[in-house]
Amino acid sequence: MNARLSTLMHFLAGDAQADRLVPPTGYTARLTVFAAASMAFLAVFALAFSLATGRVADRWGEALAKSSTIRINAPADQMDAQVLAVMEILATTPGVKEARPLGDEEQRALLEPWFGPDLPLDRLPIPKLIEVIEDAGGYDAEGLRARLTGEAPGAILDDHARWREPLVRAANRLRALGLVAIVLIAALAGVVITLAASAALAANERVIGVLRLVGAQDSYIAHAFVRRYTLRALGGASVGTVLGAVAIFLLPSASDQGNFLTGLGFAGWQWLWPLVIPPLAALVAFAATRQTAQTVLQEKR
Amino acid sequence: MIELEQVSCGYGDSTLLSGISMKLAPGSFHFLTGPSGAGKTTLIKLCYAELIATQGRVSLFDQDVNRMSRDDVARARRRIGVVHQDCQFLDHLSVAENVSLPLTVSGRSLENPSELDDLLAWVGLSAQRDAKPPELSGGERQRAALARAVVMSPDVILADEPTGNVDWDMSLRLLRLLVELNKMGKTVLIATHDMNLIRSAKAQIQARVLRISNRQLHQAGADL
Repeated sequence: MNARLSTLMHFLAGDAQADRLVPPTGYTARLTVFAAASMAFLAVFALAFSLATGRVADRWGEALAKSSTIRINAPADQMDAQVLAVMEILATTPGVKEARPLGDEEQRALLEPWFGPDLPLDRLPIPKLIEVIEDAGGYDAEGLRARLTGEAPGAILDDHARWREPLVRAANRLRALGLVAIVLIAALAGVVITLAASAALAANERVIGVLRLVGAQDSYIAHAFVRRYTLRALGGASVGTVLGAVAIFLLPSASDQGNFLTGLGFAGWQWLWPLVIPPLAALVAFAATRQTAQTVLQEKR
Repeated sequence: MIELEQVSCGYGDSTLLSGISMKLAPGSFHFLTGPSGAGKTTLIKLCYAELIATQGRVSLFDQDVNRMSRDDVARARRRIGVVHQDCQFLDHLSVAENVSLPLTVSGRSLENPSELDDLLAWVGLSAQRDAKPPELSGGERQRAALARAVVMSPDVILADEPTGNVDWDMSLRLLRLLVELNKMGKTVLIATHDMNLIRSAKAQIQARVLRISNRQLHQAGADL
């Protein structure tokens, strides 16, 4: 472990003389920095997207899992008795934290988007709704259904499972897509840096020839290229990450209405996640350049 | 030091050298001559393993080149100073940095930093210490290449047409430096087609002359 740490420290500290052996300029240098910055910028967005969809999935899953609805269809003269029976059942059901019948105004508000504001609730056979809030342990939905069937035949339990699951599943898939995007961005960064490193090695064939002539080992030559490209990727990715984070910060914040688009961003400690991107880019550049250098140097005597 | 046994080498389908045997003993001084395109540079490259023989055996410091790892070859090259006709410098580095390049890549340094100044003074390049190679004349480049070849105090010095681009006075100056090195115990092999240079050397030192013709290596000298 200490040897690895020592190697890493030596790599980061570098060798001023060795660093000068490869000519410093060239379009490959700018290409690498630009590619790393662009990839990091995109990676910040992919990360924000993935984390936001994760939060949405958790929120939907948690909120919907904690509440359910009992709908009572009964003749008007039996409605109050059925409501009372259901409330008694709920009061003795383990796992039910709170239950309350929705008032007329609340039901009117629920129906208003579809039927307009002048809905005559008192003259329509509107079912009565009871909102049920679970405690942390939750209740036995099947057991409750059985009791409702026996004691309040007009009551139907809707625990939201039917439409909660597809929503949560969709959000989780979006989160997975965000992670796949990050992996693809890392792979693309690796490809671009590999091409840039290959071009640099080809352009510096003469330099490599001279270094070989004076007794440089392949590892020494490779190190000179690998360190340079790793540091370029680190620098470019740092700039891209900062720009991406600033862009995310400037997006509209989540409103009370809290739709998905306004919630795209990082929350709390999640702002630390972008810090992972520059070292990750450096790691990708290190692996890509090292592999490229070893392959190219092996091909030449 | 360096030994070739029945070595053949060529490019593609054409054979440039065929069945060549040669031995560079410690402290010896050799000239390698022959017409242009005869294979002098090829033979020099075989001697530091830049080229691999298609047949036969090349040994560097008692190690078969074919059995040497890439790192072994690199280490062996640190014991061989090579002076090319085109010098092969890193143009973005100064003369001093180019001369000390073999030390840099091997992670070594001179015991005393002033030794580099002494070396540059020996080849007459003190004033050009911080100049870049493209700013040097042909003779200065050759002397810088020679300084780089000897900075590691190698056992063998291989010089491929070291006087090819310089005037006669500079040729004699370079030859004098190589003779000095040989007197210090270094093995020297110079590829040249300059017969006057060879005659001048033979007047100062005991040198073997080898000639490549018709893909073979011959002992020469009687006619020089």
